[in-house]
Amino acid sequence: METRYTRTAIALHWLMALLLTGLFCVGLYMSDLPLSPQKLKIYSWHKWAGITAFLLVLLRLAWRVGHPPPLLPAGMPAWQQAAAHGLHHLLYLLMIAIPLSGWLMSSAKGFQTVYFGVLPLPDLLPKDKELGELLEVVHSGLNFTLAGLVVAHVAAALKHHLFDRDDVLSRMLPFHASKH
Amino acid sequence: MSTTRILLATLAVVAAGDLGAVEYSQFQADKSRLTFVSKQMGVPIDGSFRKFGGSLSFDPARPTAASARLDLDLASIDAGSRDANEEVVGKPWFNLKMFPTATFVSSAVRPLGGDKFELAGKLTIKGRTQDITAPFTFHQEGSNGIFDGGFVLKRLDFALGDGVWADVATVANEVQIKFHIVAAAAATRK
Repeated sequence: METRYTRTAIALHWLMALLLTGLFCVGLYMSDLPLSPQKLKIYSWHKWAGITAFLLVLLRLAWRVGHPPPLLPAGMPAWQQAAAHGLHHLLYLLMIAIPLSGWLMSSAKGFQTVYFGVLPLPDLLPKDKELGELLEVVHSGLNFTLAGLVVAHVAAALKHHLFDRDDVLSRMLPFHASKH
Repeated sequence: MSTTRILLATLAVVAAGDLGAVEYSQFQADKSRLTFVSKQMGVPIDGSFRKFGGSLSFDPARPTAASARLDLDLASIDAGSRDANEEVVGKPWFNLKMFPTATFVSSAVRPLGGDKFELAGKLTIKGRTQDITAPFTFHQEGSNGIFDGGFVLKRLDFALGDGVWADVATVANEVQIKFHIVAAAAATRK
């Protein structure tokens, strides 16, 4: 059985970690900006990056189907294994739900998403001001939930590395010499 | 027998003549719409004006005699979002305090064949006047005449979006204006 993630899975993991962190910070920053050309640009960039994250998570899931992740350490208590699987499922769920909620919000607010300024994506909803404001709350709530789960995810990885001294973190590191 | 026929024929001719002289001049504000599409970062944004008044006279049989005037209450704009609505009243955009209305006054209407026509005139926004031409179609619906047309307005021609907003890569210079004007027929002229 493979003990490390595939290079593709590792690359996608860290690429998305960077992208999602950036998207989260930009999202926080931009929402309170007064209207300016700069704000319009940042919103567009955020939406393009968000659609990219959505495509990447689909790619990641497709890759995962053909390349199952390595098993968790055999000595891990059953409840921890269940918690780890549950957390990973939630992370994937949110990585899909968050860009979708952003897309839905943009549609409801009457701002179509035009990927990289050239590819118009269909509006998922007709313009509806109240629904747009509700979806903004949903988008933001899902993001803070994801941020909380990412903190738990990082904490768990560090716990495995520092206290359990297993390979749960190292097998996802990009430049780690494999110890077969 | 033949007199009746002649009488009927005469009536038909008169009636046809009457139809040709129908003049649409009762502007129907509640049925008319003025909308526009601006582009931000390549994204089309729908907007509209809720309040505008006007006067017009249009006889489909004599289109070149037609005239129109439109007064637009710029404060009634919906530019697509609350942010935008607050922004466009300011000095860089419409500068509503100094220029609360926009005006269009026609100078000529010419037939383009069929139900197609072209309207030319002067559009004044923010103290700047430009010649514009707008193709439109005309059709009748009951006693109403319906005019559908549009044209591309270049916002910088009217100094709409000065300063930081002048960058047309963010907000495109071209704004597509569309009008749907409904006017009822006035009493026919003989």
